[in-house]
Amino acid sequence: MRGWFPLLLTVALALALVFLTLPVVAIFVDSSPAELVESLGEPGALDALWLSLRVTAVSLAVILLVGTPAAYLLATRSFRGKALLVTLVELPLVLPPAVAGIALLAAVGPSGILGGAIGATGIELALQTAGVVVALTFVASPFYIRQAMAAFASVDRTLLDASRTLGASEARGFLRVMIPAALPGLAAGTALALGRALGEFGATLMFAGSFQGVTQTVPLAIYDRFSTDFESALALSAVLVAVSAGILLSVKFVQGGEALGIAAR
Amino acid sequence: MVVLCALAGCGGGDDEEPRLVVSAGSSMSEALTECGRDFAGATVRLSFGGSDELAAQIRQGVKPDVLASANTSIPDELHEEGLLSKPVEFATNRLVIAVPAGSDVRETADLRREGAALAIGSESVPIGSYTREVLHRLPGGEGEVILGNVRSEEPDVRGIVGKLIQGAADAGFVYVTDVTAAGDALEAIQLPSVTQPDVTYAAGVVRGAKQPELAREFVANLREGGCADALSEAGFGGAP
Repeated sequence: MRGWFPLLLTVALALALVFLTLPVVAIFVDSSPAELVESLGEPGALDALWLSLRVTAVSLAVILLVGTPAAYLLATRSFRGKALLVTLVELPLVLPPAVAGIALLAAVGPSGILGGAIGATGIELALQTAGVVVALTFVASPFYIRQAMAAFASVDRTLLDASRTLGASEARGFLRVMIPAALPGLAAGTALALGRALGEFGATLMFAGSFQGVTQTVPLAIYDRFSTDFESALALSAVLVAVSAGILLSVKFVQGGEALGIAAR
Repeated sequence: MVVLCALAGCGGGDDEEPRLVVSAGSSMSEALTECGRDFAGATVRLSFGGSDELAAQIRQGVKPDVLASANTSIPDELHEEGLLSKPVEFATNRLVIAVPAGSDVRETADLRREGAALAIGSESVPIGSYTREVLHRLPGGEGEVILGNVRSEEPDVRGIVGKLIQGAADAGFVYVTDVTAAGDALEAIQLPSVTQPDVTYAAGVVRGAKQPELAREFVANLREGGCADALSEAGFGGAP
């Protein structure tokens, strides 16, 4: 019976590979590249792509600006209740999108607990582009914060201490030492958050609705076309597959660089 | 593998009763859930969704036994494509304007107000195409103005009802049965009868159904029987 175990491993890998790649490959097999490009020329599809690009960019900017210092604090200080705090921050990672949608409505929707206060400032979120940004930020930020915390935690603290000894303020040390040192990890976190934001569906639909050019992001546009225009749904799906693959590859690249950096040290 | 399959519900199990899979439009969910339980001779497995979505699944090779659609055009198309038996009309419905309880909207003209936020069905689903039919029949271009106030095009009725109950939208177009199902949360405002579209529900047996005989019985039951009664209780009109 020598050799049965490697065989088992190979079969398991083959099964996993077929199961995971077949649906993705099917998207490209089911229609010709020319058809894909043609379906993308349709105004609704372009609107969806442009909107997805905009809301994802804004949401990422917010995540980076707030998430980076927050993650730094969590990674470099220890205090009572920190574990609980980290768990709370990470919770949206495992929330089903429908729960995220309901939760956002209950919190910042027009009849939510903060709805009145937000409405009083004249800001409208529900059914508005800003609402999509809120939904994306809610579901995607934990991906970044988690990764950023790990990145800051793994930076050699003597670097920071050295900069402090040389008289640099903590803010300066954070900007000049910690961020550059943690950059590969931060970039990986950014890519993960980007991927999650780009694919967000449930929370967006429940909280922000679906309207061409305003709240209908690519995943919502795919769903809207599912029954009436399968070609166009495939085309948009193909774009998301390509972009997601690009994101994944850039993460690998960045992490590969990090690994090389460590090896060279 | 067998255990996993049993847990995941792969189907083809050895229940004492045969299993009848019914795909039905979301608007029928309450009524059919009730009568499905009482249906004699089979365990009814209901799957609800937008009728167009269910049709797309059938075209992609998903085979329920029965399709009960919130219109006649989808079953007619599927019948022509050879995917469904000759459709049987079994119920009717009406479109209304739905508003959150206590709203001051009273008629279609109120929907033209600047700043009114409307949630309607996406053009690709029946509720959305009926809504556009109604709007086009309103006199004097009123419909165009109202369309200008649309803030969300939802993929199904539940999305519209949810937006209204949450106060995210001020008004929407739904079936009268949806307002009934929402209890006190929503109020229905009748539409001028000249604008009322013909909303007829039709069902058929899916070609390749595992239980064709039971499927035919279920379709008959929708028209006359426990399910017909449940539908009428939920506010649907009888078969035309």
